[in-house]
Amino acid sequence: MSQDVMKHPGLNLGPAHGSDDDAAQGMIFGFWVFLMSDAILFGMVFATYVTSLSTHALAGGPGPHDLYNIKSVFIETLLLLASSFTFGMASLALKYKHGKARLVGWMLVTLVLGLGFLGFELHDIFGMFAKGGVPSRSGFLSAFFDLVPLHGLHVTAGCVWLICLVGQIARYGLDTKTKLGIMRLALFWHFLDIIWIAIFTVVYLGGLA
Amino acid sequence: MSIVADSGGPFLGRLSLHSLPFWDMLQHPTMSNIINGIIATGAASLVVIGALVVIALLTKYKLWRPLWSDWVTSTDHKKIGIMYIVIALVMLTRALIEAVLMRAQQAVGLHGGFLSPDHFAQLFSTHGTIMIFFMAMPFLTGVINYVMPMQIGARDVSFPVLNSISLGLTAAGAALVMVSLVIGKFSTGGWFGYPPYTEATFSPGVGPDYWIWALSLAGLASTLTGINFAVTIYKERAPGMKLMRMPLFTWTALCTAILMIFAMPPLTVATSQLALDRYLGFHYFTNALGGNMMNFANLFWLFGHPEVYILILPAFGVYSEVIATFSGKALFGYRSLVMATMAIAILSFTVWLHHFFTMGQNANINAVFGIASMLIGIPTGVKIYDWMLTMFRGRVRFTTPMVYSIGFILLFVLGGMSGILLANPTIDYQVHNTVFLVAHFHNVAVPGVLFGMLTAYHFWFPKAFGFRLNERWGIISALCWIFGFMGAFFPLYALGIMGLPRRTVAYAQARYVPLEWVAFLGALLLLAALLALLWQLWISIRDRDANRVFVGDPWDGRSLEWSNSAPPPEYNFAVIPSVQGRDAFTMAKENHSAYERPDTYKDIELPKNSAMGLVIAALGFALAFGLVWHIWWLVIAALLAVIASMIVRGFARDTTRLVSAQEVRREHHRWIDAVAAATAVSRANECKTVNVGLAQHQANGVVP
Repeated sequence: MSQDVMKHPGLNLGPAHGSDDDAAQGMIFGFWVFLMSDAILFGMVFATYVTSLSTHALAGGPGPHDLYNIKSVFIETLLLLASSFTFGMASLALKYKHGKARLVGWMLVTLVLGLGFLGFELHDIFGMFAKGGVPSRSGFLSAFFDLVPLHGLHVTAGCVWLICLVGQIARYGLDTKTKLGIMRLALFWHFLDIIWIAIFTVVYLGGLA
Repeated sequence: MSIVADSGGPFLGRLSLHSLPFWDMLQHPTMSNIINGIIATGAASLVVIGALVVIALLTKYKLWRPLWSDWVTSTDHKKIGIMYIVIALVMLTRALIEAVLMRAQQAVGLHGGFLSPDHFAQLFSTHGTIMIFFMAMPFLTGVINYVMPMQIGARDVSFPVLNSISLGLTAAGAALVMVSLVIGKFSTGGWFGYPPYTEATFSPGVGPDYWIWALSLAGLASTLTGINFAVTIYKERAPGMKLMRMPLFTWTALCTAILMIFAMPPLTVATSQLALDRYLGFHYFTNALGGNMMNFANLFWLFGHPEVYILILPAFGVYSEVIATFSGKALFGYRSLVMATMAIAILSFTVWLHHFFTMGQNANINAVFGIASMLIGIPTGVKIYDWMLTMFRGRVRFTTPMVYSIGFILLFVLGGMSGILLANPTIDYQVHNTVFLVAHFHNVAVPGVLFGMLTAYHFWFPKAFGFRLNERWGIISALCWIFGFMGAFFPLYALGIMGLPRRTVAYAQARYVPLEWVAFLGALLLLAALLALLWQLWISIRDRDANRVFVGDPWDGRSLEWSNSAPPPEYNFAVIPSVQGRDAFTMAKENHSAYERPDTYKDIELPKNSAMGLVIAALGFALAFGLVWHIWWLVIAALLAVIASMIVRGFARDTTRLVSAQEVRREHHRWIDAVAAATAVSRANECKTVNVGLAQHQANGVVP
């Protein structure tokens, strides 16, 4: 198993998985391409946010210093980073055939961390609402509520997908389709982690600097 | 801004009798209301009657079952391609009639005319929206779908069910635009829907909502299509089909796919932000509370300019194939054409600002984008020379596709020239927002994109349906398109320089009148061109038995899509071809390795039919319709059903079926027997009934 048999970028199943490894080639490549398109989507929303930091866009409403709760956001960051690690462990369990129990275990830990992240994020959003930070207040707040909840919606979709995959494992075991599903969700999950790092840096650290 | 305030009721949302096109006319029967009401009602009736006629015919000829099992649930890229093109032709018909109506209004538009300003604004908004998103896009997506997998020697696209879903989303968007004729009114904000005019403050009706959701559906469809095409071209090529051996049409399909992947997200962001403004009172583009409409302009054109090249690149690919084939020569400057295509794809992301030179940025920024815009003329010029040099010393056959192609070269150069003029910000300041601009972009869009798609239609029709189209009516139609275009749009260059603003329902200067009439006559000629095209289709179907080309190569084609029967088997190739070089089928014919009987056959795995495309189409339409009319229960139900259908599909296994080796063998031998029995035809006779799709050998442009 050398470098030159890589079927696609990222973690490969490897020849031990036989035809599943071949099936991954087009499917995982296609998902990478989808992520590129999704990255542009986030890029545009980031651009909207960055251009909405002006006095004009704040429109006399509350700004980052009035609204952001860095402590809570830091906890969210740690939860999401940890979930990326645990999904990595799930991927390794899949690749090296550590057994269904271990794989599903790591996936469920990931799910719990993801739900924890969403819980803290919702808590933050309601905290902002309570301080008058609602999206209809200003251009700046509109842009904020496009970017951060868009990421949150992605994480929510990832959680639903994860539950469905666990259901598919229960129903069909580790067949080709569940394996490829787990590999794609892994890419999606790590991608969202990277987006969050950008959000944490640009929105929160940048906003409070 | 409240959601509830403008709701008519919990069950029907904003729907009421006022949504019907004749209601105003009955309530307030003024002369203007009656005329506009009759036109709108007539159009709505056409939609309704058209739908009823289709339903009646399907029932009469018992076609519901074949429609279901052979078409709408099919995952075959060829069937999906054909369905895309059917949508495009239906939408072309509507948008062309609208164009003629607009030209008629302007011809009598001195101090008035017969259309109300609001009605006129709806006409130019739907005309533009349809022509871009529901005519040109489905047409080129359909052609790429049909042709590209066969050109690279593949059995299907990488994701056949996703392909069907893309078609469903496009169809739902098109249906939404059609329904806007019958229920409610479409946007009056133009095809790019600039806020703040399209915000709830100034356009509180359903119009911009129809526009937003139709575009959202179409945009999502195109993103998924782009991914599908790009992955197919990268991963499904036959052995030996290296990138630099791909037919040029496939190259342009690849560049278009890449543009779709990167250029569609800005549109999604722009329309969804406008929707949030309108539905939930956000302030992205409003005048009040820190909104900034320049963000919309930038986002929209960051999509909108690459979109122009999404449209034109596949047309360039079609011309490349057609000119090489009908000149009996290999394409001149293949490598330079590939590089020019790639260069255009990249440059297309660097020029979006030229759509709003006059909107306030400083002169240096305008200069940078002006220069970038002019640079695109260079690779485009390379292409024009390559096509001309392909014809040079070839034996050019003036078939219908070739007539279109030559019309394209002559007219497109003019459109390009006026584009170079407009790329200069100082000139743009003088003529922006006049019909000079309208003349320019129609001059590249009609001879470029539309002629390209019609060329593709004539070129590949025999492949898709197994018989040639009538040549005489093809040429009549092509000449009507060419001269109709010249009549309709050349006057607009002059009118633009004389100062006529675009999108004007009426004007006060009598000197505009003569040229307006010329343009109207040109528009009538364009309508005649469309009728000739439909008539050609009708008589070609009538005479189909005399014009069969089952052997599959009526034009002495050069690439692999001509190397199978017409129509091709659903798996395209009995045995995946092995490619030795560029122009793979021409090489095979020269080496006498075409039309072989392989020793062994294998079972072929194909995707099973899937109702997913239809389900997503229905739910997508319901979701969008509910959103337009604020019918919230429908929105929630449709959204949940979309999620549920995706989850159920995730649990589906057993999604493929096998075509047995014996069946493949039987079908292949039937075709090879037909090849052996056929008489090869010389190029002089290719448009006669003796052409059954087998070409006499020719080399280096020497036509036997």
